[in-house]
Amino acid sequence: MAASVSTALADKRLPVRAAGPRVIRNPWWVRMLFMTTALTFVGCFLVLPLVAVFIEALRKGVGAYFGAFADPAAQSAIRLTLLTVAIVVPANLVFGVAASWCIAKFDFRGKSLLITLIDLPFAVSPVISGLIYVLVFGAQGWLGLYKNAENPSWPALAAWLNVHDFQIIFAVPGIVLATTFVTFPFVARELIPLMQAQGNDEEYAAITLGASGWQTFWKVTVPNIKWGLFYGVILCNARAMGEFGAVSVVSGHVRGETNTMPLHIEILYNEYNFVAAFAVSSLLALLALVTLVLKCFIEWRHAQAREA
Amino acid sequence: MAFARAKRSVLPGFGLSLGFTLAYLSLIVLIPLSAAFIKTAGMSWAEFLEAVASPRVVASYKLSFGISLCAALINAFFGFILSWVLVRYTFPGQRLVDALVDLPFALPTAVAGIALSAIYARNGWVGTWLDPIWAKGVQELSSIVPWVDWPSWLGTKLAFDRPGIFIALTFIGLPFVVRTVQPVLAELEPDLEEAAATLGANRWQTMTKVILPELLPALITGFALAFARALGEYGSVVFIAGNQPLHSEITPLLIMTKLEQYDYRGATAIASVMLVTSFVLLLLINLLQKWSRRYYRV
Amino acid sequence: MSPRNIFIVALALGGAVAAFAKNVELLNVSYDPTREFYGDYNAAFAKYWKAKSGDTVTVKQSHGGSGKQARAVIDGQQADVVTLALAADINALYEVAKIVPPDWQGRLPNNSAPYTSTIVFLVRKGNPRHIKDWDDLVKPGVGVVTPNPKTSGGARWNYLAAWAYAVKKFGSEEKAKEFVGRLYRNVPVLDSGARGSTTTFVQREIGDVAIAWENEAFLALKEFGRDKFEIVVPSLSMLAEPTVSVVDKVAKKKGTEMVARAYLEYLYSDEGQDIAGRNFYRPRNEVIAAKYAGTFPQLELVTIDGAFGGWAKAHQAHFADGGTFDQIYLHK
Repeated sequence: MAASVSTALADKRLPVRAAGPRVIRNPWWVRMLFMTTALTFVGCFLVLPLVAVFIEALRKGVGAYFGAFADPAAQSAIRLTLLTVAIVVPANLVFGVAASWCIAKFDFRGKSLLITLIDLPFAVSPVISGLIYVLVFGAQGWLGLYKNAENPSWPALAAWLNVHDFQIIFAVPGIVLATTFVTFPFVARELIPLMQAQGNDEEYAAITLGASGWQTFWKVTVPNIKWGLFYGVILCNARAMGEFGAVSVVSGHVRGETNTMPLHIEILYNEYNFVAAFAVSSLLALLALVTLVLKCFIEWRHAQAREA
Repeated sequence: MAFARAKRSVLPGFGLSLGFTLAYLSLIVLIPLSAAFIKTAGMSWAEFLEAVASPRVVASYKLSFGISLCAALINAFFGFILSWVLVRYTFPGQRLVDALVDLPFALPTAVAGIALSAIYARNGWVGTWLDPIWAKGVQELSSIVPWVDWPSWLGTKLAFDRPGIFIALTFIGLPFVVRTVQPVLAELEPDLEEAAATLGANRWQTMTKVILPELLPALITGFALAFARALGEYGSVVFIAGNQPLHSEITPLLIMTKLEQYDYRGATAIASVMLVTSFVLLLLINLLQKWSRRYYRV
Repeated sequence: MSPRNIFIVALALGGAVAAFAKNVELLNVSYDPTREFYGDYNAAFAKYWKAKSGDTVTVKQSHGGSGKQARAVIDGQQADVVTLALAADINALYEVAKIVPPDWQGRLPNNSAPYTSTIVFLVRKGNPRHIKDWDDLVKPGVGVVTPNPKTSGGARWNYLAAWAYAVKKFGSEEKAKEFVGRLYRNVPVLDSGARGSTTTFVQREIGDVAIAWENEAFLALKEFGRDKFEIVVPSLSMLAEPTVSVVDKVAKKKGTEMVARAYLEYLYSDEGQDIAGRNFYRPRNEVIAAKYAGTFPQLELVTIDGAFGGWAKAHQAHFADGGTFDQIYLHK
């Protein structure tokens, strides 16, 4: 990528917001066409569902809306979801950075295969994503059979497992595992195309100028991939909070204990408590707006750093 | 296969990052997934064929693959335009629209299905006027081109029929395209376009010869991910599909029906077929992308 | 009393108090439509058990599709008791995982089914389509809402009820298949679960009649208004017998066998039966049943064992892959 060489190492631009110099502007009718198309699409597929959620949530007034969050079961669901996300997102973030570093910065055989393996969780039906953990950790699965075997391979381990009797599925660890699986590719998938598009030139320059590997990574690579990283984390987070199918298989559905927010919503909906169901949903929808706040914050920090 | 290193690089961290990637990948994805394959391997060949090639299952493959493909294509097209508008233009409410793009991920799929069916059902906001138009359109089409069975291809209503599946799958796949194209587009230097313009390229040429090749890998990635995700989607679709056997029954639903009968093997067998198919498709797409990158860079 | 004796008495008393103040936790893994019922019942049982033994018992609930819940228990969900929709689902606990004894169904009265229900029709107010019996459901143009029997336990009852009616009326299995096939041709939406189906009927205004559990139909009336819907009782229906059992292996491990057993036995007490009746389940106890006679109309009820030779057989013939349900769609 020839262009990136011209950019000074320290000066990382903001995303292009303005329309740019006149020569690279599209004619006005093209812009109108693009805007109309994009906004109509957004209207039909994103705005309407969001509005529908809020209308249902507020059907019985603001009191009922906030009443939905006073329920201890709702609060425990929110806590469990936050806990899950707090474990899953950092784990997948570290993985995503490591994976994209080795994939985008180096050439090796089997790279396409590796990328495809990383994509795989997207292609797995959520039901199956949960089921595989049941097959591994369930009472009838590998772990269960091992624990109950007549002559296990390592008797000491089997005895230890039986004494401690960890509950993995139908408990929090299972929920965390299934969520990790479902959101596994997000950060890596955001970063790989971006880092590939950027090429290695800046890192080469930094190394040549005597920077260490970590320095290069923190001072050169991270600022470059900031937006990709940001979107990756946001998507991973959103999906981790919203995941239903996989978690539904590994959760015990015990109210106040192993219900995440989406599972709690299902329960409320099945109790014909539509207002509360959509109120909790609206909380998840509002998450999307967290993107907005974070993005503004990053841009602001950035502007500050540049002024200094 | 070997992840052999082809050429030495001055950049450090290859061993560490690849080692960590492979270890994490194995623990979270490959070993658990292999459990599904091992379960399937316990079946006899005849049992396997019966589970994965019965008429209902085959009909569901066609439906799932067909509609997922349509939804991913539509997403690639509109997703590109949307990310262009978000990165290049300024308009009031732009940031709000930008934030909304993540909605399909944050909203639990079941809620999405319920909300979409409320909007597009015959008594919903959009459905009240669009549903009759759709029904009429399909009818007209049948009279113009009578040798194709349009109602069974396109359905006769929006929600609770095939169009409903399409709507749900488009909804859940949208963020993939926008969020993969957007960062690449944002990092795209205007210098390139300026240079092209200075060299006398018109806007159309700049778009197709300069910008699109740069964006193509990201666009293909977004398309592939939206497609893969659509194939496996269950939660939102069952609320809006109508779920008629042989007509609007998606493959993940059949996996569920197997599970309901304690038929873990049947379920993992169908899942394995889908998994292998989408794996091959993703692999092809990734190879295509590698090729396109090499081709355009020279 | 010497100081030493006082000390011993104090110790004993302390011990007794500690023994009394035991906190017991039970996990009841149940199916979807019992939420409201067990919500009430758990409170009543906790009160009863506190008075009887002094222990505080907290019952945690898990709800979901009956088959899915049984699978979870098989796979290691730590349920002390299961209260599921079908005996077949509890049988699976024995067959697949051996966590209940083979004779579990004989341990409590009435085949371990403390309350019953049946299948009725929910129609829109005024019954504009004049739906009276199963015959009216196969008329052309009538929209029938029922979930997919492959994914919903409740829907299997619906299917079998229609089948039993047709067998009685036409006298042959072949005719029954044709009848049920015609019925399912009138189904515009096959939801995956019973409650999804009710919502499709009520909220999306699809179809003219929904086939539902009696208790679900009553609940829908209560939630959505008697001015919008009414219940129609067919001439013949199924006697649905939701069954309950202690999960011996788990209860033993947790040391909750006694209270778990008491929990299920109390379902048969006057109070338990009354709570069942209040939540639109038909009580077994005749005295209590008489109290609710006005709510539950009399109709001819057939049992799964009587009409279909038990769940295993019914499942194999109708709902397994290639069974009659698959056939009516493949050869229509």
